[in-house]
Order: sequence, then structure tokens, then C-alpha cells
Amino acid sequence: MLRRFRLEEPGSVSEATELLGRFGESAKVYAGGTELLLAMKEGLVQYERLVNIKKLRLNEVARDNGAIRIGALCTHHQLEQSALLQQTLPALVKLENNVANVRVRQAGTLGGNLCFAEPHADPGTLLMALDAKMIAEKGGSKRAIAAQDFLVDAYETSLGADELLTAIEVPVPAPRSGIAYLKFGYLERPSVGVAVAITVNGGTVSQARVAVGCAGPAPKRVAEAEALLQGKSTDEATRNLARAGEIAGKASQAISDLHGSQDYKEHIVGVLLKRAFQAALAQC
Amino acid sequence: MSKAMSQTIPISFTLNGRLQELEVEPHELLLDVVRDRLGMTGAKRSCDVQVCGACTILVDGRPLSACTTLAFEVRGKSVLTIEGLADDGKLHPLQEAFIEHGGFQCGFCTPGMILASKALLDENPSPTEEYLKHFMHGNICRCTGYKKIIESIMAAAKKMRA
Repeated sequence: MLRRFRLEEPGSVSEATELLGRFGESAKVYAGGTELLLAMKEGLVQYERLVNIKKLRLNEVARDNGAIRIGALCTHHQLEQSALLQQTLPALVKLENNVANVRVRQAGTLGGNLCFAEPHADPGTLLMALDAKMIAEKGGSKRAIAAQDFLVDAYETSLGADELLTAIEVPVPAPRSGIAYLKFGYLERPSVGVAVAITVNGGTVSQARVAVGCAGPAPKRVAEAEALLQGKSTDEATRNLARAGEIAGKASQAISDLHGSQDYKEHIVGVLLKRAFQAALAQC
Repeated sequence: MSKAMSQTIPISFTLNGRLQELEVEPHELLLDVVRDRLGMTGAKRSCDVQVCGACTILVDGRPLSACTTLAFEVRGKSVLTIEGLADDGKLHPLQEAFIEHGGFQCGFCTPGMILASKALLDENPSPTEEYLKHFMHGNICRCTGYKKIIESIMAAAKKMRA
């Protein structure tokens, strides 16, 4: 049962951020509603106003210089169907095709998923490994926030209360890059998610990014694991996978809960890291 | 609740092909409007968290959880519930196939199963069984009659292609 609230339907980004500034904590941005309405129905959160931003038309996927710019209101369904993403970032298409279920993908937006910052969400982890930037707007001003600085804790982002996430910018991967996101779980949401993005030049891993998510409060980039892979020959990097997996397991800040014990999740991080690296390498 | 808080939104949409014009409050859920105000009780409230699929309805041909959709969202759209699937009393091939192949036991999940599979076959008339399972992953049958549900959908697909 939902409690009564008022609906605001701004026609521009500045109007939306002005409303958010004016009503402060009594108002919340509403897009797909797939997470927010559940929390409101449970009575976990309550707002006097919802600011419906769906009239803002932030729902395009476009190539913008060397990056793919994804409008924050793109639904998961739109992204799983995007021909441009299929060409440039097939790993993201695969992830989107496996988000929750067909009804959630139909309603839920990528921007909403990131802003709600549910710890068991998939996209943040892969977007960190892709070195994505979140574009936040307020009035006429705009700033870019790196994915790893955006998702700071469970249900917490670095977005200001009167800022709006309008787009996600993902650099187009360099030639001879491989990207994989793997997840594992036995409940409705994943217990562990691991993303690996590598570039290989002349048998050397010239670039490696590793991110882990779902196990702890927020996804994390794991620089120490990346250092065991980057600048190494593919053989040496492969030999380092076990150690990189252990480090990533610890870095995941895994907690013991219904999704598995801390030890269990740390172990799964290691298994998925190895498989994700191998899957990424096979694409290079 | 103060008077300042109450707000109504006039909406018009088609429900099973018939134009509906009504006023809803922002917090009203589509499932409650369709069941309690418009009398279409085929969509069921079950998990209430978008996991089970018992409340599946089609909005502009795509499946949504009516339990977690605000009613005002369907303004200007076309809504289909199980009551609108038969064409002038003639059952849809999916409905016939579910009967013929025993695609339901208690029947509680059936309206959602049939509407989700309609969206599937409208999108992909020749699904592989693997694709079907992936698409239908979010519709749960607590009687666990999945084998016959899959058989029903595959049989309907074949019939609809013929």
C-alpha cells in the first residue's frame, strides 16, 4: 500500500533541480519506480512529493566523440535492444539482458538503478571497469563524476540532493579489448558480481580494470588486483589470477547475509575473476 | 491528510480495447485501479515486489508488473489484461494451447503466464526453448508446472506460425 504523495512533472532539467532544491528531503526523483516504489510500499521511505522526470527525454543512446552517451532514462530493455551498444559494448548489452526480469527491464532505468544504489545491482560494477562517468546537472551547470566516486555506499551516491543524473558516458573500448561481467547468486538478486576489462597489445596486458560488486555495500575498483594483471604478459597475468582473485575478494568488503557468508562470497569473487579474465582475453 | 496534499490526475487510456476516462491520485497503483475500479480481476496481487509475475499486464504490448506501476503512467496507452485476450469469445491460440496441454494447475499464475508469453511471441514468433525460459524467468508457478507451461507456449507458437 502506497501512502499519498503529490506528483511534480517538470519539463526541463533546471525545473527539476529547482524543485529538488526547493523541497529538499521531502521530495524524491521518480523515473522507472522499480526500486523506489518497492521501498515506499514497504514503508521504508516516505516522501511528500515525487518528481517525475520522464518528460525530460533523457533516453537516447548516442556516440559522442570517443564515448557512448547513455541517457539516464534509458530503460534496461532499451539498452538490451540497442544496436549501437551491441556494436560497441556487447558486455553491457549482455548484463542488461540479465537484469532482474522482463517486467523490471521494461520499466526500470539505468539512471534510476545507479541513483538508488542498491548493493546487489549489476550495472555499477561493470561501469566502473569501463571507466564510465556519471553526468550530474543542476540548473545550468554540469559535472562529471567517475563511476567509482559516484557509488559510495549502500543506497548512497555522491550526487547532491538537488543534482540530477542526466547521462552515463562510457569510453568506447580500445581495439583488442575484452570485457566481461559475470555474476552468481541463488536468490532473486546476485550474491557476487565481477567485471574485468582488459586491452592486450603484442601479448602484453596493456590495460586492466577490475571491479567487484554485490558482495558488500557498494561496488569497488580493485587497483591492487589490476596491478597484478596490467603491464604483464598474458601468461604471467594468467598465473597471477589466483592472487588477484584473493585480493579482489578482500576488497569486495563482503558481508555475511542471506546471499552467502563472507568467506563464501570472497571465494566466489576469485572464481569469477578468473573466469571473467579468461572470457575477456578470448575477445582480444 | 491535508487538503493541499490531495491531487487528482485525469487520465484516458484503452483497457482491452475500450476507452477509459477517469481521475486517479498519484499514488494509486495500476493493479488496484484495474481490479477494484474497473473490475478486471484476472491480474493477481501476489509477491507485490515484481518477482512473481502474477500481476503481469501488457502496456502497449509489453509486460509490466501492475503491482508496482503507478496508474497515471498508462495515460494515452493501451492496456491489455487477460479478459481482453479472447477475440469476440474465441480464445487466443495461447489460451487454447494452455487448455490442450494442461499448462495450468491452480490457475493463479496463468493470466500472467499467458500475457507474458503473448509479449514473447509477438516479439519473437519462433523462440528457442532457451530463449523462452529466459524471457519467462520472471513468471513463477508455485505448482511448478513449468514443463507443461513450456509445452503450451511452444505449441501455441507453432500454431500461430502456421
